[in-house]
Amino acid sequence: MRISGAEAVIRCLLEEGVNLVYGYPGGAIMPVYDELYKFKDELHHVLVRHEQGATHAAQGFARATGKVGVAIATSGPGATNLVTGIADAQIDSTPMVCITGQVGKHLLGSDAFQETDIISISTPVTKWNYQITEAHEIPEIMAKAFYIAKSGRPGPVLIDITKNAQFDELDFSYKKCTSIRSYVPKPSLKLEQVKAAAEIINSAKKPMIVFGQGIILGEAEAELKAFVEKTGIPAAWTVLGLSAMPTDHPLNVGMVGMHGNYGPNVLTNECDVLIALGMRFDDRVTGNLATYAKQAKVIHFEIDPAEVDKNVKADVAVLGDVKETLAAILSMVDSKTHESWHNEFKEKYNIELEAVINDELQPKKEGISMGETIEMINKHSKGDAIMVSDVGQHQMFTCRYSKFNSTKSNITSGGLGTMGFALPAAIGAKMGRPDREVVAIIGDGGFQMTIQELGTIFQTQVPVKIVVLNNEFLGMVRQWQQLFFDKRYASTEMINPNFIAIAEGYYIKAKKVTKREDLDAAVAEMMASKESYFLEVLVEKENNVFPMIPTGASVSDIRLS
Amino acid sequence: MENKTFTISVYSENNVGLLNRISVIFLKRHINILSLNVSESEIENVSRFVIVVDTTEKWVKNIVGQIEKQIEVIKAFYHIDEETIFLESAIFKINSSLLFDERQIQNIIKESHSEIVTVSRDFFVISKTGRRSEIDELHAKLKPFGIMQFVRSGRISVSKEKMEITSLLEELQS
Repeated sequence: MRISGAEAVIRCLLEEGVNLVYGYPGGAIMPVYDELYKFKDELHHVLVRHEQGATHAAQGFARATGKVGVAIATSGPGATNLVTGIADAQIDSTPMVCITGQVGKHLLGSDAFQETDIISISTPVTKWNYQITEAHEIPEIMAKAFYIAKSGRPGPVLIDITKNAQFDELDFSYKKCTSIRSYVPKPSLKLEQVKAAAEIINSAKKPMIVFGQGIILGEAEAELKAFVEKTGIPAAWTVLGLSAMPTDHPLNVGMVGMHGNYGPNVLTNECDVLIALGMRFDDRVTGNLATYAKQAKVIHFEIDPAEVDKNVKADVAVLGDVKETLAAILSMVDSKTHESWHNEFKEKYNIELEAVINDELQPKKEGISMGETIEMINKHSKGDAIMVSDVGQHQMFTCRYSKFNSTKSNITSGGLGTMGFALPAAIGAKMGRPDREVVAIIGDGGFQMTIQELGTIFQTQVPVKIVVLNNEFLGMVRQWQQLFFDKRYASTEMINPNFIAIAEGYYIKAKKVTKREDLDAAVAEMMASKESYFLEVLVEKENNVFPMIPTGASVSDIRLS
Repeated sequence: MENKTFTISVYSENNVGLLNRISVIFLKRHINILSLNVSESEIENVSRFVIVVDTTEKWVKNIVGQIEKQIEVIKAFYHIDEETIFLESAIFKINSSLLFDERQIQNIIKESHSEIVTVSRDFFVISKTGRRSEIDELHAKLKPFGIMQFVRSGRISVSKEKMEITSLLEELQS
């Protein structure tokens, strides 16, 4: 079949099962857009309002579905606007393929109009990238792109296609990529590693599990549950591991990390065996490494060998796909309950309940708290919603207090901490999972970073629910200024516009809540709405997120106030 | 942990962007690459990078892991000096008159086991292959006479132990 390079790009996407892409047209990608027009019944293109929005929407789609998200942009500024989302996908291991147009091959290196070296720019933040300059390369490279993005530890891939390669013709035939000789997506399971881990686990008196996003990416939720239930080991999650197990599971002991729960953080430094499952010991999880779990034997289940011993030295590394390694270890571990050890977590939880949680969920202050808003959403979602949070205090409240019944339900920018992530990510999540309720929780700061995507919501009529928790501050930075910079609130106060008028300007139903007594009815109305809905909640201005591990402190020095 | 000199050997596909991708890994950690050499390897269509850095063993381990996970990298290894045979090459361009006027120059060439590559009316060129210290010594001896041009290559090295690359490739391709 003799077709143009541009048509080949579309056919490759269809071959990979893609029927939804996010993008923004421009000069160097016009041949591809021309084909998108012809294929519009098979391949739906969502016009975002800024290329960054395309990447976050593709990420939201990928995180909610487990499939590869696709974003398309033109050369130059179109391509550079993708970079934040690509970096976010890289650090959070999100499968994404970005396609950028590029000036014609004969113009490369000449500083042509909208020429930018996106390959060099994106190299540090992509799993792989490639510049196509000849039409005949398209099928093979696109197949590689999808294979690399999705296999092993997933990540973003950028394919830059010069304009001549889009116009020129090729003989099209497509073959999916299933291996690359220099690339080992996942190390093969080594039984002796699994056995060594099982021995340590079976002799442990106070073992503790910390599970991360690897469980979700590896679709190992059932294996995790079986392992936790058989061994009876207290299981804590990282921010990105959240929702891999139902939050109300009796063996769950909460979240680790900077704003995680008191018990799992303090007891990290008291456990005798620490079992890390699909997590990478991020500094926001470990606090000061010099005092992190020094007393414990560390068992690290990990797909990426480069993560082993990177931050925390593992006594036993169990390399491989966590779905396979957890399945393999199940028959080797003893059935236990660890009752008295669990009681230590319960005691610590009660301390946190008294010192932090009660006051957050039933506040004595006049202003509405972020925590009680999340709790109200739980009441109406019953834990079935996908919660998409932005970055800051509201994000930590969302992760601390949301109820989740099923996996792939907590979508947030974990590693990169990208403000502006949530609104476009929620669009992608809802389009990927139209059967599920999607609620975006956003601060007044982050909302204004990608506020233009309200236009995408209006144009596509995607029924996402948007909650802006407005404290008229860049709250997390303000909290740090209060605690560590002697209350010098440098550039954190926000003089905000009329958000309701803006939402209504995009013809989105909108409501503002300022009093506690109106919150229940407003959340109920939002959740019942068949269309998109914007809810602004004016919250207490200077509330803080606690507990908190200050930077550089040990996990056991977590502060309750 | 103390800093040491490590030689990193990377076997990879021959790919345009890979050098950039690898150098970024060092750049992110502010590690200065002391020397870099890229050439063909003993395997057809497989390139070999030899990178010399001064860092700690923990970091070199992390870095080798991060290099190895790049898609086009087949395998990466690191060695300390005692575990490798390594050489560098240097060439010196020197004014021809010195060759005839300064007897000492001829002695230096002879004693250092360097080679005269070419002699022309205006200049002559000598080359020296060996350890860095030998090249440095030769440089120091020639410097007082005036060196018109000097250039030294990156380190090339082979490991004393076997690097399991050929069998690995066979395994990958099967």
